[in-house]
Amino acid sequence: MNADRTAWDRRSVVPVIPPIQRRKLAKVPFVELADGRLQGVVSSGSDIARVYVSSIAAKTHGFNCSTNNNRPCGGLGSRPCKHLVALATEAVLQYGFERVARYLGVEAGDGDSTGGDLIRVLKGGPESIPAATVFSRFLRHLAYLEVPATTEPIADLQWFPATGAVR
Amino acid sequence: MLGIQLSELLGEVPPGVEEALDLVAGLDDALVHGLGRLGEERATAFAALAGAMAGTPLGDRLGEAVEKIANGSVADEYLTALAGGRTALFGAVHDALLDRLDSALGRTRAEWAGLSAPASAPDNLLAGSRSWLRELAITGWRGVDHDLVSASSQTVEALLAEPGLRGLAVLLDGFAAELRASSPIATMDVPPARRWADLWARAVLLSHPEGRTGVQEAAGVTGRLLILGVDVHEHGTAVQVQVHGLLEVSGESRPRLVRTSVAAAKVDTIVGTAVWGLLAGYPVLMGALAERRSLQVADMPLTAGGDLVWQEERARPGEAADPFAVARVQLAGALAPAVPPLDRHPVRIAEPVLVEGFTAFVEQDGSVEFRLNDTSIPVAVDRLPACGPLTPELVAAASAVLGLMRWDAGRWSLQPFAVQTTVKRKPAEAHTGDWAMGPTDPKVVKAEAKAGDAVAVLRERAGRLLRR
Ligand SMILES: [Zn+2]
Repeated sequence: MNADRTAWDRRSVVPVIPPIQRRKLAKVPFVELADGRLQGVVSSGSDIARVYVSSIAAKTHGFNCSTNNNRPCGGLGSRPCKHLVALATEAVLQYGFERVARYLGVEAGDGDSTGGDLIRVLKGGPESIPAATVFSRFLRHLAYLEVPATTEPIADLQWFPATGAVR
Repeated sequence: MLGIQLSELLGEVPPGVEEALDLVAGLDDALVHGLGRLGEERATAFAALAGAMAGTPLGDRLGEAVEKIANGSVADEYLTALAGGRTALFGAVHDALLDRLDSALGRTRAEWAGLSAPASAPDNLLAGSRSWLRELAITGWRGVDHDLVSASSQTVEALLAEPGLRGLAVLLDGFAAELRASSPIATMDVPPARRWADLWARAVLLSHPEGRTGVQEAAGVTGRLLILGVDVHEHGTAVQVQVHGLLEVSGESRPRLVRTSVAAAKVDTIVGTAVWGLLAGYPVLMGALAERRSLQVADMPLTAGGDLVWQEERARPGEAADPFAVARVQLAGALAPAVPPLDRHPVRIAEPVLVEGFTAFVEQDGSVEFRLNDTSIPVAVDRLPACGPLTPELVAAASAVLGLMRWDAGRWSLQPFAVQTTVKRKPAEAHTGDWAMGPTDPKVVKAEAKAGDAVAVLRERAGRLLRR
């Protein structure tokens, strides 16, 4: 029956975005591969009102970390801080090592599989990356949870079946 | 569904379907490369679409649009004509397929009796959407970059705040996320041309000032809702639970097939069983799913398209009702609703059926098919949602399945939403809605506890960071 399985470009319903894995959000509430960066938000361990905005650029591997108020992260030197390690670790949980490594253009070794491994092989250094852009994307992300539910049928969602039953 | 019904359904492709889809392929291909640079070959394929529709009410406008676009004038009115022509072709395909399915199943369908009065919406919001869709069409999927994808964000944000434009907002957001995740599309192996042209054309029509109809034509009904099962739709920022059931309306002798839906906004990290937490505001409906109960509804709006517009305060739980028993006794005689004109597209075909007496075959690649007599139907095990207990293994071991008949790209399939099966040599049942009030499988409960409450964490963050 594989013979009549129609080509991907002739189907209305095909999975375009690979499924992401569920993970604990408390420490790193937001991670994304977007705008040519692995970027996200890491909650401060000491101050619940403070978050760190951390990002790593694809290809150049330049990285940055600062608070949401644009104060530079104290832990950031010529090598990535603990927030960047946390960001990479959670990104690997969410997207899988392969996908993150491919997006960043990292040449990983055979045994590499963790966020720490990714950080170790980054070839860039500290680089200016606009924290405000990333932080505003995080706020926009949070704002979805404030959109009220609706019971008016959304026919458009017929194009987006829920998938992913694997246990 | 019986073997003889299945072989009638799969017997031959309704006339005209393949030709219509071939015509659409020319336009889909043009959108891959961009309407701003149609080569001669693509312009010809593109013109065939207008030629084939020359005799229809859309013919003149479509002919003009194709000519203008080929000459480099890509204006909104031409794009609307193009999207309209493509949508009309899919409408015809939809009708032919649904007719075939109805006649195979012996299902009676109501005539369309709804009004088509356009719903009003702020035109500045629609204009934002139109301008993004125009840029996309000119550029083509291959030319899409980060900036063009990001340009949709503000439009989506504004649309989400407008209740009457929720469908368009959810559509654009899901579409933009796919473009973003596929970047750089210039080097993508094969773009999903049919799918993205579908999403684009639908969005173009919904962005037209008269492209949407409201649900204001809904009439209040009173009666008993017997649930057959639940279909779940989801992308990164939206989830919709769509219940299929039989509605016994007081004073009517024959039950009606209806759908009732609840949709919530979400983020991509809220996945699997966590999505039910977003629907906690609907305990009557979710409770009925989890406990397999019927529901009493009083004066609840029912649209001409068969959508019961759910209102918790107009519903109360009824007695237990086994969906398999309901389907065995009442599904064959139920009256199916008409399909709203704008929704006539094959992806919307989702007809509830009961299938039993089959032999299941599992292929090496994990795909499953059911054989009834000498006919086989593929089972859409890739459409089993992570929020429910159904798995490909349970489906492959099933003796009876309740689900939806689906069609895509020339192929019918069965999407299960409930199974009667065997677990450890004992009869068992599993329904997609079983965990609507939280998972009941100890293994899943444990995994959920370990992952923590994503919704609560993000709400806490939102409370602290959003309004400052
Ligand atoms: Zn840091």
